[in-house]
Amino acid sequence: MPFQLDIVTPEKTIFSDSVDDVYLPGSEGEMGILAMHSALVAPLQPGELRYLKDGRVEELAVGEGFVEVTGDKVSVLIDLAIGEDAIDEHQVEEAMKRAKNALDGVVGDDPEEMQALMMSIAKSEAMLKLKRKRR
Amino acid sequence: MANLRDIRRRIKSVKSTSQITKAMELVSAAKMKKAQDQALAGRDYADKLNKVLVNLKENTTEESHPLLEKREGGKELMLVISTGRGLCGGLNTNLYKAVIKSATDETEYVTVGKKLRQTIAKTGGNIVTDWEVADPVPFNDAKPVSKFLTEKFLSGEYDKISVAFNNFVSTLTQTPEVFQLLPIESEDLGEKQDYEGVDKGEIGETDKAAALGADYDFEPSAEGVLDKLLPLYINFQIYQMLVEARASEHSARMVAMKAATDNAKNMIDDLTLEYNKARQAAITAELLEITTAMKAME
Repeated sequence: MPFQLDIVTPEKTIFSDSVDDVYLPGSEGEMGILAMHSALVAPLQPGELRYLKDGRVEELAVGEGFVEVTGDKVSVLIDLAIGEDAIDEHQVEEAMKRAKNALDGVVGDDPEEMQALMMSIAKSEAMLKLKRKRR
Repeated sequence: MANLRDIRRRIKSVKSTSQITKAMELVSAAKMKKAQDQALAGRDYADKLNKVLVNLKENTTEESHPLLEKREGGKELMLVISTGRGLCGGLNTNLYKAVIKSATDETEYVTVGKKLRQTIAKTGGNIVTDWEVADPVPFNDAKPVSKFLTEKFLSGEYDKISVAFNNFVSTLTQTPEVFQLLPIESEDLGEKQDYEGVDKGEIGETDKAAALGADYDFEPSAEGVLDKLLPLYINFQIYQMLVEARASEHSARMVAMKAATDNAKNMIDDLTLEYNKARQAAITAELLEITTAMKAME
C-alpha cells in the first residue's frame, strides 16, 4: 500500500510523492517504514535512504536530521539529500581528505570539533558508498 | 556664465554614474528575488520542525534541557548580521542603532558581514570572532556559527546569546531587530515566529491541535530526540536569519540604487537645460558681435 513520503531540506523540498516503503539510517540502526506505521519521531544519522516507488528502488545519500511519521505520511527533515547521479565522486573524495587532515590536526583537544569533522566524514562516506555501489 | 565645456563634462560624468547605479539596481533586484525564494523554500522545513517541537514540548520536562535553562544576569554575546558591502541606504546604520540600544557595556560581539564589524571595532566593542557568508546563503555556512554560539552558551562563558539582524518586511521596509537565541524561550518554541518576514514559520491552530494530538513514539526517547532536535532548531533559525538579512540587504540596495538613478536623471535634465541656455547665450552673443561689426563697417 503506497503512502506519502516528503524529503525536505532547509534549501528545498527534494522529494514529495507516494512510495511503497522507505528505509532510513536511524541513529539506533537502519529502520524500515511501511504504510500504517505508528506515529514516530526519530533522529537520523548520515547514511543511505532507500525507497520503493513503482517497483523501482531509489537511493539517496542523506545527512543529519530526523524523520516524522504520522498515520499516512512520512516526512524526512534532513540537511543533505543527494541522488547518485548528482554526486561528484572526485569532489567528495577531496572534501573527505580535507576533513581527515583536519582531524589529524585537532587530536583530542577539542571533542566538539572532532565530532563535527567525523560527521562530515560520515556524510562523505555515505555519498561515496552510494556512488560506487552502482558499478 | 558657466563654461559650456564644463557643463558637458559634468553631464557625461553624471550619465556614467547613473549607468553604474542602474546596473547595480538590476543586479540587486535579481539577487533579492533569489534570497526571497530561498527563504520561502525553507518554509516546509520550518513548518514540520515546529510541529514536532510543539509536540515534544508537551512530552518532556523543558527545564531539563541545558539549552532552555535561564540564567540570571551574566554576560551577553551578540551576533550582529550586517552586510558585506555598502551602498545599501541606512540599513547598517539603523541596525547599529538597534544594537547600541539593546547592548550593555558588558556585551561582546560576533559578527557576520564587514560593515558593522568595522563600526563596532572602531567604537571599542569587543569582537570575539567573525564569519563571512557566501551569497546565496548555503545552509552549511550557518552551521559553524550556530555551533560556536551554542558552545559558548553551554560552557557558561555567556549567559545569553542574541542576534541582531535586519528583518525583511517588504522590498521597501526592513526593520532592525534583536532576537534572543539562547536560552530558548520555551514559549517561543514552535510558536509563530514573527521575526521571519518572508517566511512566517508558523503553524495554524488546527495544525497545532493536530500536532499535540498526534501520539508520537520517540526513538530512542523524547529527551534523546529533543537533544538532537534543539541544535537543528537553532541551526535552522540562524540560517533563516542569515537569509532574511540577505534579502534585506539586496532590497535596500535596490531601493537606494533606484533613488540614485532617479536623482542622476533629474540632475542630467537640469544640467542639459543649463547647457542649452548657455549655448543659446553664446550664439546670441556671437550674432551680436557679427551684427555690430557689420554696422561698424558700413
